[in-house]
Amino acid sequence: MMEPGLYHLLFISAALFFIGVYGFLTRRNLITMLMSIELILNSVNLNFIAFNKYLWPGKMDGLFFTLFIIAIAAAEAAVAIAIIINLYRSHQSIDVENAEELKY
Amino acid sequence: MPNSTAIALIPLLPLAGFLLLGLAGRKYLKNSSGIIGTALLLASTVLALYTAYEYFFVYGRVNGVYQQFVPLEITWLEFSKGVSINISLIIDPISVMMLVVVTFVSLMVHVYSLGYMKGEERFPTYYSFLGLFTFSMLGLVLSGNIFQIYIFWELVGVSSFLLIGYYYDKPSAVAACKKAFIVTRFADLGFLIGILILSYSAGTLDFPTLIQRLTSPGSDEIKTAVTYSFLGISALSWGAMLVFIGGAGKSAMFPLHIWLPDAMEGPTPVSALIHAATMVVAGVYLVARLFPVFALTTPAVLEIIGWVGAVSAIIAAVIACTQTDIKRVLAYSTMSQIGYMMFALGVSSYGGGGESGYTASLFHLFTHAMFKALLFLGAGAVIHFVHSNEMKDMGGLRKYLPITHITFLIACLAIAGIPPFAGFFSKEAILLAAHENNKAIYWIALITSGLTAFYMFRLYFTIFWNKPHVIHGEKHGEGGWAMMLPLVLLAVGAAAAGFIPFGEFVSPDGKPIESKFHLGFSVAPVALGVGGIIAALWLYKKQSDKSTKLAASLGRLYKAAYHKFYIDEIYLFITRKVLFNLVGRPAAWFDRHVVDGLVNLAGNTTQAVSEGIKKVQSGKVQQYAIYFLAGVILLAVLVIYGWK
Repeated sequence: MMEPGLYHLLFISAALFFIGVYGFLTRRNLITMLMSIELILNSVNLNFIAFNKYLWPGKMDGLFFTLFIIAIAAAEAAVAIAIIINLYRSHQSIDVENAEELKY
Repeated sequence: MPNSTAIALIPLLPLAGFLLLGLAGRKYLKNSSGIIGTALLLASTVLALYTAYEYFFVYGRVNGVYQQFVPLEITWLEFSKGVSINISLIIDPISVMMLVVVTFVSLMVHVYSLGYMKGEERFPTYYSFLGLFTFSMLGLVLSGNIFQIYIFWELVGVSSFLLIGYYYDKPSAVAACKKAFIVTRFADLGFLIGILILSYSAGTLDFPTLIQRLTSPGSDEIKTAVTYSFLGISALSWGAMLVFIGGAGKSAMFPLHIWLPDAMEGPTPVSALIHAATMVVAGVYLVARLFPVFALTTPAVLEIIGWVGAVSAIIAAVIACTQTDIKRVLAYSTMSQIGYMMFALGVSSYGGGGESGYTASLFHLFTHAMFKALLFLGAGAVIHFVHSNEMKDMGGLRKYLPITHITFLIACLAIAGIPPFAGFFSKEAILLAAHENNKAIYWIALITSGLTAFYMFRLYFTIFWNKPHVIHGEKHGEGGWAMMLPLVLLAVGAAAAGFIPFGEFVSPDGKPIESKFHLGFSVAPVALGVGGIIAALWLYKKQSDKSTKLAASLGRLYKAAYHKFYIDEIYLFITRKVLFNLVGRPAAWFDRHVVDGLVNLAGNTTQAVSEGIKKVQSGKVQQYAIYFLAGVILLAVLVIYGWK
């Protein structure tokens, strides 16, 4: 069995990132968009872990960053879901196309 | 040493009156405001007399020379070390003399107004304006530096504007106050530029230092100042000339006199105070204040001052002979007398025995303040009685207004230069100075003095003799003691002020000068004066058509003088036809189309651009995300490939 190298991890991370971006740009459902954001954040986490492991094996900085990002992602999810619930209450829908009053 | 508190209080008491009556007068002090203002001014007058006594007789003279004191100096605006605008008080013979004149005449007017303005709706406002004016005038007189004098100069202008426009519901009064303000403002522009030139050349604003630096031929300031010139005239001459233009505007010298006759729209006591005795002599005071500079550094300007004064004196005297509004006659007479003071300064010189003109000018200022204030207040009593300014509505009033009649006669004799009244002495001094230094001006002055006697007695005979007075409706008396007391006091002044040995006290350098007085010399002017009186007697004592016949025989000249030599029309022509069409309209076009166009262009461009790009703010979250992503990619590309 082959040990995965840095490039493999970076490839996966990049794939996750672009999947997330694609999902964020194309999906109309806010929950799905939130999930896409989680994907993007996780791709970042994966980057941190990979670089930490392969470039500075003795250090912990990347891991701590990852922990912080996970915590922030949780908080962000809580805020986003609260927004989504409020949006549903006012619009009876969580379609992002319907929430476009905030413009010129 | 001078008592600085007492001196500072002289202008501050009227200011306190202005603030008190201006803020609380209409609500709380409706009836007592006149008394309050008068009481404060009485205190001021007492202090001024005390200061004058102390200065002239106790500490002022050191080794036979009157000294200049600066009892108070406060740094007001400090721009940097050594460059500051100060507030300082200066005490020297002319400022002390002016203190006495201003406070005394102002007090007389305050008392007089108690009677004259009684029952006016805006009585407290009137007294607060009088307080403001008195404060400004006293501040002007006491100013120790040239910038401070400018501040008070403008304050005097403002209070004059307010008081001329006191009857603001009368369109003519409104027009007159605007005219006075604009004309004097125009002249003050010259004054300001002159101040800047002089103080820049001297490197200081203080009068004593400025005069000292600009008059000593070897000083560094003079050496640098003479190197600058404009249109072939040195900067110093320009400065002195422009300062004189300021003075000429305030003192109603030809051709900036057009505001003074119209200013008679104000209440009569105000005319007596501002437009006869005090404010209009501010120009004379200014020239006297800077006299060493004019005399030693820019004698050419002094020559011009002399001629402007002489021309104003005779033109005003001729116009005064034809006017029918008594206040206008007095206004032109004021202008003529100030012309006297101006040319007396103009023919004077600093040192070398030629100072008599300077002393004579200020002497005349002093006596003129007395008898001209008296004339105006007397005219006020007459107007109060007949409710008209027109001479044709008057006549035969000597029976109804005995006190006014006597005092008015004294004032007329004084202004006509009949001995032993005050005007005789000062006018003789002026004529003598002119005779010694400039014969042409002397002849003009001599003719003017004959005309003065004529028009004053024309006024006197028309008001008090001529036809018998017809009483319309209910008549009241002469006015109470409040109106008669100032008349009597001023009459005493007008009769006796001439006996003051003025040369003892006031001269350019503080040394007393001999008053030269030749009995033989006085024959010509007195004879002319008497001739003028007899002519007026013959023409106006009895109702007759002699005067109209005479006017008809003079034809053109009479008509021109009646229309004030068309100077107002010339001004109107220059402003309306020339300036409006050649400058005003093109400037307005430029403003409307080019300046406004540029502003509109900026506005329209912004609007068009924002209209175009506002679609970016669509409200669609995912669209924003795309912009964001595009930005990130762009930055990434830039960082990766463009980073060197």
